[in-house]
Amino acid sequence: MELFWKVAVELMHPFVFFLILGGVTAGLFVGAMPGLTAAMALAVLLPFTFTLPPLHGLVALGAVYMGAIYGGSFAAILVNTPGTPSSIATAFEGYPMAKDGRALEAIGLATVSSAIGGLAGVFFLLVLSPPLARLSIQFGSAEYFWVAMLGLTLIASLSPGSTLKGFLGGSIGMLLAAVGVAPIGGENRFTFGMPVLQGGVEMIVALIGFFVIPELFNMAAHGRAALAEVTIESRKRGTFLGAIRTVFSMPVNLVRSCIIGEIVAIIPGAGGSIANLVAYNEAKRASRHPERFGKGAVEGLVASESSNNVTVAGSMVPLLTLGIPGAPPDAVILGVMLMHGLRPGLDLFTVSGDLTYGFIISMGLAALYMIPVGLMGGRLIYRVIVKTPHYMLVPSIALVTILGTYALRNSLSDVVIMLLLGTAGFVLKELGVDSAPIVLGLILGGIAEMGYVQTILRGTALEHPWMMLFQNRLSQIIIVLMVLSFTSPYLSAGIRRLKNPMNEQRNEEPPE
Amino acid sequence: MKRAVILALSTIFILSAGIAIAEYPDRPITYIIPFNPGGESDITARLQEPVLEEVLGVDINVTHKPGGGGAVAWSEFQRTAKPDGYTLIGVNIPHIIGQPLLRKDTGYETNGFDLIMWFHFTPNALIVRDDSPFKTLKDFIDYAKAHPKVVTVGGSGSYSANHLETLRLEREAGIKLTYIPHTGTGPLAPAILGGHLTALMNYSMLPVQLGDKVRVLAVASDERVETLPNAPTFKEQGYDIVGGAFRGVAAPKGTPKEITAKLADAFTKTNKKIAAKQVPLGFVMTYATGDAAQALVDKMRKSYSDVIDEIIKEREKK
Repeated sequence: MELFWKVAVELMHPFVFFLILGGVTAGLFVGAMPGLTAAMALAVLLPFTFTLPPLHGLVALGAVYMGAIYGGSFAAILVNTPGTPSSIATAFEGYPMAKDGRALEAIGLATVSSAIGGLAGVFFLLVLSPPLARLSIQFGSAEYFWVAMLGLTLIASLSPGSTLKGFLGGSIGMLLAAVGVAPIGGENRFTFGMPVLQGGVEMIVALIGFFVIPELFNMAAHGRAALAEVTIESRKRGTFLGAIRTVFSMPVNLVRSCIIGEIVAIIPGAGGSIANLVAYNEAKRASRHPERFGKGAVEGLVASESSNNVTVAGSMVPLLTLGIPGAPPDAVILGVMLMHGLRPGLDLFTVSGDLTYGFIISMGLAALYMIPVGLMGGRLIYRVIVKTPHYMLVPSIALVTILGTYALRNSLSDVVIMLLLGTAGFVLKELGVDSAPIVLGLILGGIAEMGYVQTILRGTALEHPWMMLFQNRLSQIIIVLMVLSFTSPYLSAGIRRLKNPMNEQRNEEPPE
Repeated sequence: MKRAVILALSTIFILSAGIAIAEYPDRPITYIIPFNPGGESDITARLQEPVLEEVLGVDINVTHKPGGGGAVAWSEFQRTAKPDGYTLIGVNIPHIIGQPLLRKDTGYETNGFDLIMWFHFTPNALIVRDDSPFKTLKDFIDYAKAHPKVVTVGGSGSYSANHLETLRLEREAGIKLTYIPHTGTGPLAPAILGGHLTALMNYSMLPVQLGDKVRVLAVASDERVETLPNAPTFKEQGYDIVGGAFRGVAAPKGTPKEITAKLADAFTKTNKKIAAKQVPLGFVMTYATGDAAQALVDKMRKSYSDVIDEIIKEREKK
């Protein structure tokens, strides 16, 4: 109790209030810019935090992190471009909503969902850290491989047209992931004698290329402004109270998405980029109207935005208890903690408890502050985008995108790669191969390769090294989940057909 | 006439070069870190930044250019950076030794830098979980001798300091281990704590960070590391194994001696100041500048040559 008061007094300090508010606002704008990532924002802040006391430094970093993951939703909703990889699924529903004149409603929903997700992550971190940390280290190389395989089954639901084309996209993504220095063996692959390709295809570079460039081509080709004006009806639903009512009307979706976010967050290396897609997929599978997904289904938006903000505090579980950074921004936070002489582990919660709990609770405050900042900031960004004529909007977005891509690794070749991939992405999209499976393949390709080769190496002494893939209980559980996830769309369709064959036949469209 | 112009121009050039040196530095210096933010190189540069600015009197801009284990930045640096002392880059041993030898098209050369200073060393350490049956290095080696390839040793990267050290241990002790590369130090902690690997070969910072959850069987340094007083060295236990990662800073080849000397002086002063923050984390501070810095590269190159030759020979067989 004494600790509680100490922490409360620390956090009541006006300077801390200002730090969190400023951090969330700065994070929001960083996240909204494609190419500027949470990790980069934290790295830029680093020298500044060295001048502050440890608690203040960590509070500022936590607030920026929280804000950036949330800010990614703006670009996703308003220009169909995930600002960070954590809001890929947000674009699937948010952008169709915005095109229908429901932009403010989508922003309101994203804001409230993000805040709830952020608070849920803090709750898990405060209450369930020790058991979650024990679960987190159960994931070995074999489990990583199977998690990546489970992720690849999402392709089936991410490619609304043809599943086959979806898998084609996934394969392209996995091939792109193979460019550069091999993670195991250290040899150069697909570099074609160019030293710069040793760096591989950075995931964010591909994300920007595949999502932004085709959208810009579209906007330019059709000569239209990006969005329709918001209707009065939708404006009402976009207010704070309206959004709260909608979000809380789907409690099951909310709870499920938060739990998914937390589980993905504690697997080091997965993070928000996978959490939002898994939560979205599950929301779609559970929905009574899966056909509405991709056309502005609010359930999908809520699932994506709540799950990705859970991962912010969620990934602090392995970080604070074991010193394992689960995502790039976590590595920066770990660096700051070590520089201040704070060693992850039990001591962090006892000896320096006021600091640790102060940091955790400040993340909860950051999640709350997102609501006013986001609703106001969102309206501002929306107005700018709607009022700007397309012949100015397209080049402006292109410029920001190019700058963001360059800033990522200070590399001009990344800009070239981004533009090439973007052009390829546009052509592929015209041929019916969507961007999302390609990016998913790129994210998971590396994880799958590492997991597979490491596991086979670990089994060197066995007669059949591949047996190592099936040995652990956790691996077996993930395999079952994978099989269920892959077959359930077909199974449920089959069951429906068995139940009312007449109905199905009538609805069936004639083959093209 | 033509000659006179050339003479005049070259005189101006030489004079202005002389002035530039005399006044160096008079504008911001770019300090490239070829790795991601949050890593050891980045954190070190962030600690150095304010002290360097104070000593040199100009801004230091730390920028990141990660990729290819440092090779992307190093190759571009050797190709494009001007030798005027305003662009510096972080360098690492054994990366700059191993990569050009073991990888095709790295795009840079080990000796293509003007080394300013090696400022610290993080020795390799052989680490097991606290409940491991291996209490000493001898237990570990005896078991590995009886069970070739059964013992799995995780480390950061392929042909990295960790990998080369594992290969050297195999040679010195006459054992066969199974080395398992990981991307960076981050994934190693869960791999050892979750019992997915028998042991780790990683830098001295990791056991400091993980505390009593792990046990260090041996450290690859000449003397015991200050923050790990209970961890014996390989040398104490009869194996001549010393190695790990050295981190330092370099200027482009052909940078005037006056400039590199001035920078070496500034980095030395800085290193002394930040030692109090780095030593408790498991770093060993070093002060090798100028010729001594080049000599260290040559020495480490020699000490790894057996292992590297063997890898190259094995590859050619394939």
